[in-house]
Amino acid sequence: MGLEYVRISPGFEKYMPRDYVDLVKFGQFGREVDVMQLGQFKELVEEHPMCAGCYMAYFIRIFYAALPKPEDTIVLGTAGCARLALSQAAVPFIYGNYGDTNAVASGLKRALSIRFPDKDKDVVVIAGDGGLMDIGFGMTMHSWFRKEKFTTIMVDNEVYGNTGGQESGMSPKGVQLKMAPLGKKFEKINAVQLAIDSGCVYVAKISPTNPKRIAKVIRRAIFAARKFGPTFIHAYTSCNIEYSIPTREVLADARKREKEDFKFFEWMTDEVKEFLEEIERKEKEKKKQEVKS
Amino acid sequence: MPDQRVVDPEYLILEAPRERKFITGSQAFAEAIKRANVDIAIAYPITPQSETMHLVGDLYAQGYVKDYYRAEEEYGAMSAIAGAVRGGARAFSATSGPGLLRGLEAIVSWPGHRIPAVLGVMTRVVNAPLSIQPDNVEISYLLNCGMIVLHAENQQDVFDFTLAGFVISEKVDVYIPVAVCTEGFFVTHAKGYVNLPPEDMKLPPRDPYKAPVPPTDCEIPPARIQRDAPVQKSNFMSYLIHAVWQQEIWSANQRSRKWIKHYLGGLVEVVNPDAEVFIVASGCAAAQGREAQRYAEMEGLPVGLVKVKSIRPFPAQEIREILKKAKAVIVPEHNIVGWLAKEVKAVIPNSGIVVDGPRVYGGMTLPVELIMEKIYEALGVKKAKKTVV
Repeated sequence: MGLEYVRISPGFEKYMPRDYVDLVKFGQFGREVDVMQLGQFKELVEEHPMCAGCYMAYFIRIFYAALPKPEDTIVLGTAGCARLALSQAAVPFIYGNYGDTNAVASGLKRALSIRFPDKDKDVVVIAGDGGLMDIGFGMTMHSWFRKEKFTTIMVDNEVYGNTGGQESGMSPKGVQLKMAPLGKKFEKINAVQLAIDSGCVYVAKISPTNPKRIAKVIRRAIFAARKFGPTFIHAYTSCNIEYSIPTREVLADARKREKEDFKFFEWMTDEVKEFLEEIERKEKEKKKQEVKS
Repeated sequence: MPDQRVVDPEYLILEAPRERKFITGSQAFAEAIKRANVDIAIAYPITPQSETMHLVGDLYAQGYVKDYYRAEEEYGAMSAIAGAVRGGARAFSATSGPGLLRGLEAIVSWPGHRIPAVLGVMTRVVNAPLSIQPDNVEISYLLNCGMIVLHAENQQDVFDFTLAGFVISEKVDVYIPVAVCTEGFFVTHAKGYVNLPPEDMKLPPRDPYKAPVPPTDCEIPPARIQRDAPVQKSNFMSYLIHAVWQQEIWSANQRSRKWIKHYLGGLVEVVNPDAEVFIVASGCAAAQGREAQRYAEMEGLPVGLVKVKSIRPFPAQEIREILKKAKAVIVPEHNIVGWLAKEVKAVIPNSGIVVDGPRVYGGMTLPVELIMEKIYEALGVKKAKKTVV
């Protein structure tokens, strides 16, 4: 149904903005794209005001390319860097109040389930470490306890980037930041373990060095959330400004962290595993048949 | 649960036959929800609100309400209400005192987010020191956010304001939330007579497409929709966008006047309009003011009552007109700051005629005698012993 609304009524193509026509003709609506083809299709997010070398911007670009059904997806964000890009994508975006994402998403997803019981409407929260693990902590946790059926993605830059570089609960111990003038005095919060213990059915931790893997994780999280319950992705998305990472070394930094505390980690319940394997098996078969024909 | 049929809001609110029941304020809230075709109700415990949301929970269990849950706390509850309403649902929650203040950041953003919903506010002392008693100072925190604020005098008002609240809130030219406030315990836990329309009738479901701002449900063109644009840039256009948006919220608030008149018979109720001395009061204080007016009339004193039903929009023109020839205006209140007295003073040219008080707070009752004393003072009536009737 969402797709019908995206499509341009016959005869109106010439009156619609070029940008929109391109989205419909060469974009992702109604078809799945391969993230490795970035640049060969019209992306859902193309412009953003984020800093040069921002790894979060890169992650968000891959995120949109990986969406299984963008025409029926709603993204929620909160204060922080991520929303600067999220608010400019061709997918409905909700910006509420500070740290409220997982409460708003709970209400939204329930409303959509009441109104469209037979339709998959994907609700995805993308918020930072501050939004999800500090100010919104209670709401994040309780959305998981309640088994709300949406995906939460934490883009963890280990700092309050947008407000000027203050310590967050996800900053590593010892790091000197604003509001931590003598260095952070406690450990980085173990968000992944909290997610597993709180009822998430699919949890992944990733340093986004491999676009194919990012896309796979995002799709798995969204598919699992549709049917089983809350899903969580913890992604390392460095802040090259506050952590003084030279732009050309941002990827190297992500790779370094991948070897250290951001080793790829994926956990899911048995039923989710079975479910995802079935989906992925069918996808493979479909691709094989396409190649044949 | 009986099979409910959808009827026209005009019929349900204004014309349907009514049956008299003796029920509490909490029950009156629930009776309104029963007939309001509510999709989702979200609850968080706080005294004295809890009883209402227990009853709404029972309505969910019976099938009157489609979804219901106990939230993590009020900020979460009020944020989830905003999410559900964005998703096209009709939603209800209620809270009290400290709970209202905890949820306030979310609540005061509802008008700007264009969230049509009804919030029950069962007033309670704002801590500290800790108390659960009725005191309505919390209503003053709602007055500058743009939402519609109705103040119910009794159980009947609770029912009428809540049911009509959904209809007014969802009007295309309004589309902002409605707070239905009433005093905790005095109204919520006490019984009064309420005339109720049949329970096998309900409002039509919310139509989220009949709206000035579309729902976020991926069912509307175009693809590029940011429902709540954070005005991110530091430039004049951003300031202007925000300024215009605020103007629109307050205009919407004003536009609700005609609907409040239509469904609730006006923003004020006036008793004895030719009086010299007026009691201007809202909520429970209006009930006590009504008694004081009756006593005064029995004593042959020229006293009238202006009951303020709607605090936002505030009936500025109405009050100015009624008080044109008044010699004194007595504003009894259940709070220490006197927010209603300030409102009244601000809309009349001769604010010196407003008597501050009587005010009770901290949960105290408001004896009619206190109001009578002010009446005698205003009229220069000397009484050896201030007994009434």
